[in-house]
Amino acid sequence: MARQEKKKDVVIVGLGWTGSIAGIELAQEGLDIVALERGHDQSTVPNFEYPQQIDELKYGVRLKMMQKPSQQTVTVRRNDGERALPYRSLGSFLPGNGVGGAGTHWNGLNWRPQEVEMRLRSYVEETFGEQIIPEGMNLADYPVSYDELEPFFTQFEKVAGISGYAGNLNGEIREGGNPFEGWRSEDFPMPPLPTTYDSAKFQEAAKAMGYHPFPASAGIASTSYVNPYGMQMGPCNFCGFCERYGCYQYSKSSPQTAILGALKRMPNFEYRTGSEVLRVELAEDGKTATGVTYWDEAAQEEVFQPADIVILSSYQLNNVHLMLLSGLGEAYNPLTGEGTLGKNYAYQMNGGVSMFFKDAEFNPFVGHGANGMVIDDFSISQNDFGAEGFIGGSYWRSGTFNGQPIRNMPLPKGTPSWGAGWKEGIGEWYGHAMSIGSHGSHMAYANNHLDLDPTYTDRHGRPLMRMTFNWQDNDLKMNQFMKSKMEPLAASMNPDIMQAGFKDIGAQYDVRPYQTTHNTGGHIMAENAQEGAVNRYSQTFKAHNVFAMGAGNFVQNTQYNPTGLVGGLAYHTVHAIRTQYLSNPRPLV
Amino acid sequence: MTDLPGYPSRRGFLKASAAGVALSGLAASASAQEAPAPVSLDQYEREYLSADEWAFVMAATARLIPSEGDGPGAIEARVPVFIDRQLASDYGTADDWYMESPHDAAAEPARGWQTPLTPAEVYRQAIPAFDAWCQETHGAAFADLSPEQQDASLTSLQNGDVALANELREFWGLLLSNTKEGYFADPQYGGNQGMQSWVYIGFPGARAAYREWPERHNVKYPLGPVSISGERA
Repeated sequence: MARQEKKKDVVIVGLGWTGSIAGIELAQEGLDIVALERGHDQSTVPNFEYPQQIDELKYGVRLKMMQKPSQQTVTVRRNDGERALPYRSLGSFLPGNGVGGAGTHWNGLNWRPQEVEMRLRSYVEETFGEQIIPEGMNLADYPVSYDELEPFFTQFEKVAGISGYAGNLNGEIREGGNPFEGWRSEDFPMPPLPTTYDSAKFQEAAKAMGYHPFPASAGIASTSYVNPYGMQMGPCNFCGFCERYGCYQYSKSSPQTAILGALKRMPNFEYRTGSEVLRVELAEDGKTATGVTYWDEAAQEEVFQPADIVILSSYQLNNVHLMLLSGLGEAYNPLTGEGTLGKNYAYQMNGGVSMFFKDAEFNPFVGHGANGMVIDDFSISQNDFGAEGFIGGSYWRSGTFNGQPIRNMPLPKGTPSWGAGWKEGIGEWYGHAMSIGSHGSHMAYANNHLDLDPTYTDRHGRPLMRMTFNWQDNDLKMNQFMKSKMEPLAASMNPDIMQAGFKDIGAQYDVRPYQTTHNTGGHIMAENAQEGAVNRYSQTFKAHNVFAMGAGNFVQNTQYNPTGLVGGLAYHTVHAIRTQYLSNPRPLV
Repeated sequence: MTDLPGYPSRRGFLKASAAGVALSGLAASASAQEAPAPVSLDQYEREYLSADEWAFVMAATARLIPSEGDGPGAIEARVPVFIDRQLASDYGTADDWYMESPHDAAAEPARGWQTPLTPAEVYRQAIPAFDAWCQETHGAAFADLSPEQQDASLTSLQNGDVALANELREFWGLLLSNTKEGYFADPQYGGNQGMQSWVYIGFPGARAAYREWPERHNVKYPLGPVSISGERA
């Protein structure tokens, strides 16, 4: 028999970026709010304090800030004919855990999508014709446009504290910025960070080839800053510990540095940690939710938390899992195309070139997660899909980050992996290598999807979610195209040795090496309930008082890191709740 | 073979190890200034490994990162201590991992960790299996082979030529990655003694403050490492 808590106006599931945004914006409306966080509590002090945080083994390798698979994981198979096996230890992607979620241990790369990415199907049809869309690709438009989202991108960037230089200010293209980005109503809140040696070399080489380098937009403070909630950030000292670490000096954008300090001071907001939501409870008519049932880790019992509004803001995979378990839509069937939950799971397609310079000193430990110079000359809006034979694009970046030696020891091909030759190699090459990365789009396909696993269960006895995923030719072709363009640029820099690392056509998904934690889709946005799980306001079609936020909304992944779009969509959603829903609760579309 | 000042030669170490002679001062690096010399490796009180397993880990890591040449070897860095402690920790027991049945240990490697065994159990079962292979192939357990035979045996293990049960297939990967982790991790975990591995490659450890350095292009950072506990090397 579940214990029952006092009813709240709003219950928030997961206290990362989107949960924090929903919390503070709706708390400003005077609503009585509780956020339920599965993981532990954590703050800059004491949890991210120097020097304990500067521990590559604990956080970089043993992944102590991440979701433990023993607590929650998925099963994975590459196609419908394969038996799904559990993702038992983390490798390919690293969902976060605890207050702040993945927003605490990200690299800080904050991007907006390109304007055409928000209406990609229409763009492809208008520009190249529908016939170039491959069989099985679920190419779609977002039901909300770049122009509609622009104020919310700006709002998120102000809150998060993003450093950068606008390349398109109200339509004016500015030298030194990204000429291919969508228009910005305002410049970045902070100027760009200084440029390290590898970035400067890349910038020079890219310019010489006629490309358009610009500083990467960074959720990393370049100066002292106070955001709209009164939260303070201080400039980054390039300590080099961003990805997989909390920031010890209030420089990296995170829910902690940007929102939570202000939110915790609001008397109508409460959060409970060690509280894992097991299911959303639907009313008898199935058209609204009555609240959520969660597992109270401390009391070791189930608790029912009644609420008028339920906001699902846990990690994308966990949101989809919870929705599948709660019946907040039908599971997607790739054969019939029916059902919406689990549809359009997508990922990211990356590659890169490493360059070794015997006599150059890169000091690879001097950096931050979003460090570097970037080009967007091979982005989605710049590629001729008809001529190249794929749909998609990439941005390229060079900049030192994560220069810690257990995980980051690039060695020339042919160097032995152990023994005297390996030891000689690390002495010769550490600090003398740089790289250019290609960070690419990933399209959605009928045969990449999420549903419930028939065999494996979690510690609560619930079925694990099953991921069916493999690389598809379209995205691999895009990756190979980037290789063909990047190698000449790298060669123009005259390295002593260079080597490319791009997936070949036919590559199979491998769960072991880290790729990105940019898992997207599964509760996608759409114009109607036949095509997606939520509408343009992230409101579920199933129950109008349930909103599902985050990268699960993405109809296909963009070529960029997802946080900027996640943040923009979250502000778009809470704005709709504040201005349209609270006064008249109903389906907003 | 070149002997480094302050380090015993690897051959000298093997002789001493076989004879059970104390190796005091083995791990005290020439430049560690503040930390007291730790207990010698033969007096180290093991937390997980048995005597035979310890002998194997000592011998294997000494070949994976040998003492000869520039920079410390795994023995000088006290990598075996690191491995012993890690296997005794929640890493060795796979506390964070999803270990529920059913298991398919024969699944192809790209499917990830699929053995029912924990890392500590893999070491425990794989070491005697590998030793048996060494005995059959080279006539002695791994620790008793010549360095050349040890290298050949490790190469066979790496290449999958040692017929280990599917449940033990992760052994090579664990052994190699744990050895490198012990070489480069903060010294608090028992390896990277005196931060000599960091000194060798030029990594400043936990300094984590480089405000004036981003725009000093092509200039080598001058300061040596610090550890989390505040040691300097």
